[in-house]
Amino acid sequence: MFKRSDQESRQSVHIVVDGVTVEAREGDTVSAALLVCGRDVRRATAVSGAPRLPYCMMGVCFDCLVTIDGVGNRQGCLVLVADGMQIEIQMGKREIDR
Amino acid sequence: MSATPMRESYDVVVIGAGPAGLAAAATVSEAGLSTLLLDENAGPGGQVWRAITSTPVTQRDHLGVDYWAGADLVEAVRSSSAEIIQRATVWSLDRHLEVGVSVGGASSLVKSRRVILATGALERPFPIPGWTLPGVMTAGAAQTMLKSSGLVPDGPTVIAGQGPLLWLLAAQILRLGGRIDRILDTTERRNYLAALPHAFAFMTSPYFAKGFAMMREVRAKVPVVTGVSELAAAGDGQLATVTYVSGSRRETIPAELLLLHQGVVPNVNLAMASGIEHRWDDLQLCWSPVLDRDCNTSVEGIAVAGDGAGIGGAGAAVVRGRIAARAAVEALAPAAAAKVAPMATFRASLAQAERGRNFLDTLFRPAPQFRIPTGDTIVCRCEEVTAKDILDVVAIGATGPNQLKAYRRTGMGPCQGRLCGLTVTELMARARDKTPQEIGYYRLRAPVKPITLAELAAVPKTAADVEAVVRG
Repeated sequence: MFKRSDQESRQSVHIVVDGVTVEAREGDTVSAALLVCGRDVRRATAVSGAPRLPYCMMGVCFDCLVTIDGVGNRQGCLVLVADGMQIEIQMGKREIDR
Repeated sequence: MSATPMRESYDVVVIGAGPAGLAAAATVSEAGLSTLLLDENAGPGGQVWRAITSTPVTQRDHLGVDYWAGADLVEAVRSSSAEIIQRATVWSLDRHLEVGVSVGGASSLVKSRRVILATGALERPFPIPGWTLPGVMTAGAAQTMLKSSGLVPDGPTVIAGQGPLLWLLAAQILRLGGRIDRILDTTERRNYLAALPHAFAFMTSPYFAKGFAMMREVRAKVPVVTGVSELAAAGDGQLATVTYVSGSRRETIPAELLLLHQGVVPNVNLAMASGIEHRWDDLQLCWSPVLDRDCNTSVEGIAVAGDGAGIGGAGAAVVRGRIAARAAVEALAPAAAAKVAPMATFRASLAQAERGRNFLDTLFRPAPQFRIPTGDTIVCRCEEVTAKDILDVVAIGATGPNQLKAYRRTGMGPCQGRLCGLTVTELMARARDKTPQEIGYYRLRAPVKPITLAELAAVPKTAADVEAVVRG
């Protein structure tokens, strides 16, 4: 769906998506890193379980909700990646204590 | 840059570090007022100048001169005494000018003598069949990824809609080596005639030459279909095709990515939740705050500047930020106002910056069928409520968006109406044969962004706060 521009020269960082290590670049948001990683990163909505991907990438639509380092319902488009960050694609509602 | 506000109170709190917020913060802090600039993004720039201090796109002409125009203002704020906090989510603002802000999962309340809201714009909802499918995004979303991460589409890609941003995005994608298979232009043919009386002002504005050069650049590389009057996305759990109608021709084309855009509208959530009066704008088809000449709102001490005050573009936003800032300086430290350029200078710059805007607003006024959906098309993305669901509720007596909430939870999901509010107002207005002004909008309240109860409970409280709610 997306590829990186050949002007890319930022440092690479590694995040873990559902247990699989994926390369991202410093300064990527979690959502951008997921959209370019080539894996199926569709979440499931809390209401019907319908598959979704980020829609606005600017913090207003909440279709990028994702579990980051064990905390659910984070807006992936507003959080920058960090080395070793643990990402889980959120299927349905946020769970209590997560 | 700091993690949480260093003080309990400031002369001026500016919310949003886009063109208006940066200009406002630079101006008030240069006049010597204590200034706090709060912004939700990782770096300054807002949407127009997103990632201006960090973009991996090194070839400057790929993003264009209007993008790099923000660099000086960012530098001005950074070298001023203003305190800047990035990744700060403001979730509350009240009539006492107390700002609730969340930084790194912890919230605090900050007092202010004046507040300048510069929360900008968001993309107008584009509720077509299939717009919730993975692979359908806003043009702004693609542009955000392009600026901040240098990402461009590389599969079958369709861009649909209208307005200057659409052409700018297309040009940027092509310059960076991305793929666009087709552009579907939804501008209504009758709008060309309606916009004609404003053409002279437009042709003598800076938009004109830039706009046409960009359209030429894009048209040389991408097939453009004009007069598109119907649009639908389809696929099984993922976008697979886009169907459109232009004149008597209906066509279905394969697509992995569909980028939608029909203009931007003020992001009103925080302003409305703080009690600021808004009115329906019949030309821009959105809610705008009621303002005086100095950007002051109906709430004493709160001003709105930038596109949040009605869409005017980045140039106008910078000037409106300075006007609101000068008004704040005049109110709080009249002696320091001499350090700021006179209001008359700003007003002349504003008139210049707004030149051509009427033409753009009229030409790119989105068509009714792309604003007011029918049948099974989803209106509220969060609660998954369709146009038919809403019309059914109108039929049994719901009078406006707030009654609708009780029936269908429309607007009560995490986005808090940002992606459905305008659609709901217009849909109900049409169904009930009323004006959008008569139908009204969701009653918005803090927190305007979701925060956890634990975070709310952990906000530092005074003895008086506790006494106010504890019995006996």
